[in-house]
Amino acid sequence: MIPAMIPDATMTEETRDDRRVLRFVGRLTVARINILSRTTFALEPDGRGLIIDLSGVERIDTVGAWLVYRLMRDWGAAGLSVDLEGAPADTLALIDRVGEHDKPVRIRPDQGHPFSRRIAEIGAFVTGTVALLGHFLGFIGEAMVALARTVANPRRLRWIAVMRQAEVVGVNSLAIIGLMSFLIGIVIAQQGAVQLRQFGAEVFTVNLIGRSVLRELGVLMTAIMVAGRSGSAFAAQIGSMKLAEEIDALKTIGLSPVETLTLPRLIATAMMMPVLSFYAALMGLLGGAMFCAVSLDMSFVTFIQRTQEVVPLTDLLVALIKAPVFGALIAVTGCYHGMQVTGNAESVGERTTAAVVQSIFMVIVLDAFFAVFFSAVGWI
Amino acid sequence: MSGTDDIVVRVKGLRNAFGDQVIHDGLDLEVRRGEIIGVVGGSGTGKSVLMRSIIGLQRPEAGEIEVFGHDMMSLTEADSAEVRRHWGVLFQAGALFSGLTVAENVEVPLREFYRLDERLMDEIAAFKIGMVGLPVEAGPKYPSELSGGMKKRAGLARALALDPRLLFLDEPTAGLDPIGAAAFDDLLKQLRDTLGLTVFLITHDLDTLHAICDRVAVLADRRVLTVGTIPELLAFDHPWVQDYFRGARGRAAAATAREPI
Repeated sequence: MIPAMIPDATMTEETRDDRRVLRFVGRLTVARINILSRTTFALEPDGRGLIIDLSGVERIDTVGAWLVYRLMRDWGAAGLSVDLEGAPADTLALIDRVGEHDKPVRIRPDQGHPFSRRIAEIGAFVTGTVALLGHFLGFIGEAMVALARTVANPRRLRWIAVMRQAEVVGVNSLAIIGLMSFLIGIVIAQQGAVQLRQFGAEVFTVNLIGRSVLRELGVLMTAIMVAGRSGSAFAAQIGSMKLAEEIDALKTIGLSPVETLTLPRLIATAMMMPVLSFYAALMGLLGGAMFCAVSLDMSFVTFIQRTQEVVPLTDLLVALIKAPVFGALIAVTGCYHGMQVTGNAESVGERTTAAVVQSIFMVIVLDAFFAVFFSAVGWI
Repeated sequence: MSGTDDIVVRVKGLRNAFGDQVIHDGLDLEVRRGEIIGVVGGSGTGKSVLMRSIIGLQRPEAGEIEVFGHDMMSLTEADSAEVRRHWGVLFQAGALFSGLTVAENVEVPLREFYRLDERLMDEIAAFKIGMVGLPVEAGPKYPSELSGGMKKRAGLARALALDPRLLFLDEPTAGLDPIGAAAFDDLLKQLRDTLGLTVFLITHDLDTLHAICDRVAVLADRRVLTVGTIPELLAFDHPWVQDYFRGARGRAAAATAREPI
């Protein structure tokens, strides 16, 4: 469409009546002006008047007009005469138009001195972290109050939303959590069997699988998966709604965002986590049983009998007590970060990442506390 | 771009559908060089979809689309970049890149297509920002710090960055104050006159239609019902067209039209 053969715009210079004459030739357009612009940028008023001859210009656009205007401005500022020659009225109008908008515009915001900026960043990080802790606690409080209100008056709860979220968080993640737990069961069985074989104690592989999967791994891996799958989705969904002013719309209609958005997600996740954890534990056991059947020649029935003998019921209870707490934590963290989104798409990304990282971190910290607590009450 | 062909955009037999919902069926439209063509139609008649089809964001189910004489459906990557360099697009909400300042947004197309001196590029961004009526302070601001109208202007500055020959505008004056909208019309007209711009303008703004559009295309019944000057449309016998131009707002806009801005 545009033949590549069209040459760049050029300029010739001569002297007439002791004035400098610059004659532009060709297309003064953004596509052909790069080299010419370097030449004209280097020109400086030298005490002589200036004549700009545009009669050889085929086409001119705003960038070309800007280049001409710049020369006129610089010469005019030096108190020298400037004349345009051979320019049609359109071109003159364009040059005037461009010149009207010659104002100093900064391209980027002022960044300040690098050293003071670094100090300011550290300060902002510290105050930000403290504020985050406060806000987060406040948000949890708000969610708890909303929960209490709902318990007092169950009809306020949006059951349809709860069920929908339960489907997304729970049912839709069955495949991935099942597969993951099954594989973890196999890995633990295999690694355990290799180590225990050294003592001729391969039969204790069942203890290893049963106790670790039921008590810890089932619930922990599920929590991590739910945080990655659903916690991030909560943050991104609510964050996008925040950007589109949907949250503001809810507030103005008189609906509480915590009650309409956070609570259904919190209840659904807290409800689904124990179910998913139990399911994950079963799949882990299945993986372990399969490995034992294939490589330790232990029949399926024997595996189940041994599991019943060596795994105390408290292990399952520990998992089922932890699971809803983890679920609630993940949902609240996700929703909190969604609500904190401001400004732009980048913020949605940052908050989603923060939601996942923080919820996984808190789940693991809380798990350590649970471990201390349960051993203190004797559920070892 | 062949010299004899004065049709910049040619759409033939366009069909667009989302599932069962047919938006366009057998839509034809020609945009002539150097004209400002207004596209009007009720909400949901597919004005934006038509624009998205022409600029290649929406793959139609059937039909031909030519821009600058190139068949947009069978364009190679390199040719398509060449065509894109010659058009500018302003989306409804501005669609600025949120991670860049306004001035950096304007520089994006310049950086993408041309190798220019940094200083020249900054100066181009500066006067483009002024040209669309943004204050000097807007340059180093991020889009999230701007009002809706300012975002729109910044979007226009970016669309104009390459001095395109063809400009697609999706409701540019919606959400602007009347003074700003009039200045916008004025700017568009002047750019058309000095740069020979062709403008494809989706709008609901009757004042804009009267003030600057050479022709108006009316979208209804899944196609372009008619294209013509406003007097021609006033004589066109279709209930929607009559309601549109002869309604209270249409009459008010007609009464004030042709006054110097």
